[in-house]
Amino acid sequence: MVYARLIAMRLFKAVIVLFMIIVFNFFLIQMAPGDPAAILAGEAGATDQEFLRQLREQFGLDQPLYVQLWRYVSGIATLDFGYSYRQQMPVLDLILARLPATLLLTGTAFVLSLALGIFAGSMAAARVKKVSGSLIMALALVFYATPLFWVALMAVLLFSVYLDWLPAYGMFTVGAHYTGWAHVLDVLNHLILPASTLALFFMAIYTRMTRASMLEASQQDYVKTARAKGLKDRVIQRRHILRNALLPIITLAGLQAGQMVGGAILTETVFAWPGIGRLMYEALMQRDYNLLLGIFFFSAALVIVFNIFTDLVYRLADPRIKGAS
Amino acid sequence: MKTPLACAIAACGLAALPAMAEPQSGGVINTVIQPEPPGLVLGMIQNAPTRTVAGNIYEGLLRYDTDLNPMPQLATSWEESDDGLTYTFHLREDVTWHDGEPFTAEDVVFSADVFHRELNPSARAVLQHVESIEATDDHTVVFTLSQPFGPFMLSFEAGTFTMVPKHVYEGTDFRNNEANNHPIGTGPFKFENWDRGTVIELVKNEDYYEEGLPYLDGVNWHIIPDGASRAVAYENGTVDVLPYGTVENFDVPRLSEMENTCITQEGHEYFSPFAMLWMNNREGPTADKRFRQAVMYAMNREFARDVLWNGLGEVPLSAFGSNARFQNEDLEPYDHDPEKARELLDEMGYDGEEVTLLPLPYGETWTRWAEAVQQNLSEVGINVRTESTDVGGWNQRLGEWDYDLAFTYLYQYGDPALGISRTYLSDNIEKGSPWNNVEGYENERVDELFNEAATAFPEEKREELYHEVQEILHEDVPVGWLLELGFPTIYRCNVKNLVTSGVGVNDGFKDAWIEE
Repeated sequence: MVYARLIAMRLFKAVIVLFMIIVFNFFLIQMAPGDPAAILAGEAGATDQEFLRQLREQFGLDQPLYVQLWRYVSGIATLDFGYSYRQQMPVLDLILARLPATLLLTGTAFVLSLALGIFAGSMAAARVKKVSGSLIMALALVFYATPLFWVALMAVLLFSVYLDWLPAYGMFTVGAHYTGWAHVLDVLNHLILPASTLALFFMAIYTRMTRASMLEASQQDYVKTARAKGLKDRVIQRRHILRNALLPIITLAGLQAGQMVGGAILTETVFAWPGIGRLMYEALMQRDYNLLLGIFFFSAALVIVFNIFTDLVYRLADPRIKGAS
Repeated sequence: MKTPLACAIAACGLAALPAMAEPQSGGVINTVIQPEPPGLVLGMIQNAPTRTVAGNIYEGLLRYDTDLNPMPQLATSWEESDDGLTYTFHLREDVTWHDGEPFTAEDVVFSADVFHRELNPSARAVLQHVESIEATDDHTVVFTLSQPFGPFMLSFEAGTFTMVPKHVYEGTDFRNNEANNHPIGTGPFKFENWDRGTVIELVKNEDYYEEGLPYLDGVNWHIIPDGASRAVAYENGTVDVLPYGTVENFDVPRLSEMENTCITQEGHEYFSPFAMLWMNNREGPTADKRFRQAVMYAMNREFARDVLWNGLGEVPLSAFGSNARFQNEDLEPYDHDPEKARELLDEMGYDGEEVTLLPLPYGETWTRWAEAVQQNLSEVGINVRTESTDVGGWNQRLGEWDYDLAFTYLYQYGDPALGISRTYLSDNIEKGSPWNNVEGYENERVDELFNEAATAFPEEKREELYHEVQEILHEDVPVGWLLELGFPTIYRCNVKNLVTSGVGVNDGFKDAWIEE
């Protein structure tokens, strides 16, 4: 009952926030120089005023701004996200077509980084004054500090060009037309490089955070008590220290999860992964307003959903958190 | 750097000679398209990636060889009347659309008179000289012009004058027609599948009317957004052909040294892309003719070609490129001469006022080129500030004339009336487009000469007029003439006959075959 009310409240607020985001984004985009008609005409390399006029009329860009805004907002209310100027498809179709690829990539990276990060972090915390612990932290620091695209390019050079173990780019083997399990394996094979590249950075953060948080928790009195009553070290680590150290990690995981839709632009570009991040970048370059706004909308909605979800998980992890937040 | 690559080109020039071996059928070619095209219906969309992919699906009445002489395609023969006003085309009788319907003269009339007049700015520029288009029987079309138009016979290439099916489009809203997702042409390849963001697949048209063609079973256009990844795709063997502009120039020498790798700059003769430096003729130091001449003398264009463009391309003499017709070869070239540039600047009393330079936002090569030009100009005392933009910003800045110097490149389309005069005619000055007379050059005599030459008849008369206009332009330097670009196509040497026409980058796979 408490949960239901909490969720209802949060959803109500979410709608208002989303509306504000839509309006804000709409004006933000208008401030970028150049309009989609000019860019489309520019790409064609030849143009006359008639052509520009036709395009602007077709896109509704000849209307006053408030009319455009009204059309857009009332469209969204009926789940009509408009038409992509450049790709010549409904925005919703485009986004839904690209969403699975992105979720597969970012979802895999999320699970990988969370699992490996917490694992490596607990190991490092347990081996705090040993060489192995320092080694883990040194690696984490390296991954944390290295730019993602560089790691991606190096991974391609090593695993695709020199070793020829993994495909360099794409989501499946072009022209092979696999079906069933062969297709699944093919996609997994293509997923390894981009997902691990993307996971490295967050894994490093989780590792560092888990370690710090666990070291802090291990100073607490209840740990001393647990030790005094003769519990095994492993049990103390898992039940008493790790569980109490989880809160900051959940916060961070919530943030990462919120970025799952738009957060992989670089990885998707380098690996030619047909996802939303790339779509967003291209839409930005082409001033494809409707498409860009549509992606912003989905990203914002996802962030809000995961924030609510994170709040609920807090309560599961730590029953001391109650009531309205 | 120039030498090894030049050798590579010479070597593949040999390889590109009519092969001794008999062409073999079969095989699929994997290649790259960058950026992903917005759609594949040529005639509705004319940007470069659409032309390159859809040039294999659609056809025009004619093709052009590398000297831009017309070759038969959908039209087998043609006649021009003595007064240059009537053109009669005889069409092939055995052509069908990809959906099985026959191709007839009605399709030609519909494409030209209805479809292109409504949608296609480059065809409109030609069609304004055309009074009527008639199908006199099922396989004969007569174009009647209101006045002679010199470049008329150069306008029938697939990308400019695409033949679209009447039975699919007539009476519909062209831009929102369902069929746009599954383009139907007459070409050697049929549209099969498009996984957005990943690949466009074309398959062999089994019913193609030219006996034995095409040899290939299909063409897969991979979509890879990152330049370095495209180079890797060639290196690890996933793709076999890298069309023009798909890898950064600094990757070209490395790739061209790979085993079984050939490189050619052919197949661009029709477009003959011409890199230019817009100079704002309206205000600031660039409004002074002497300043613009000084810029021409200050730039080391050979250096840019040899270092940034791997020695590909030609330094132009003047406003008319080497592939354009009617080039006046008697003009005195603007050689690299910093001393002369300084003299001109002294003479005009240039006070070191800062000028802005907009590089073309098309990748690393253009950025570096802007740096080279900036350095050349600062050597003669011109104070340059480079301002980077993205494509949208660049369009807007040029469209609103908000620049002093800016890079661009334009296609020449084989004839001055199609691709060159547009840059200099004063009635082509209009805000809002980066492709017209952006520099703001106005010269009545130049307008007169260009307009007269476009419709003058016969050729000798045109030549005379164009030679005079070049003399004026050469003196006035409305824009800087940088380089006739040579875009390399990189491919495995066992892919034969890849470029067979002056539009070869867009219709090349028709004749191509793979040697096992």
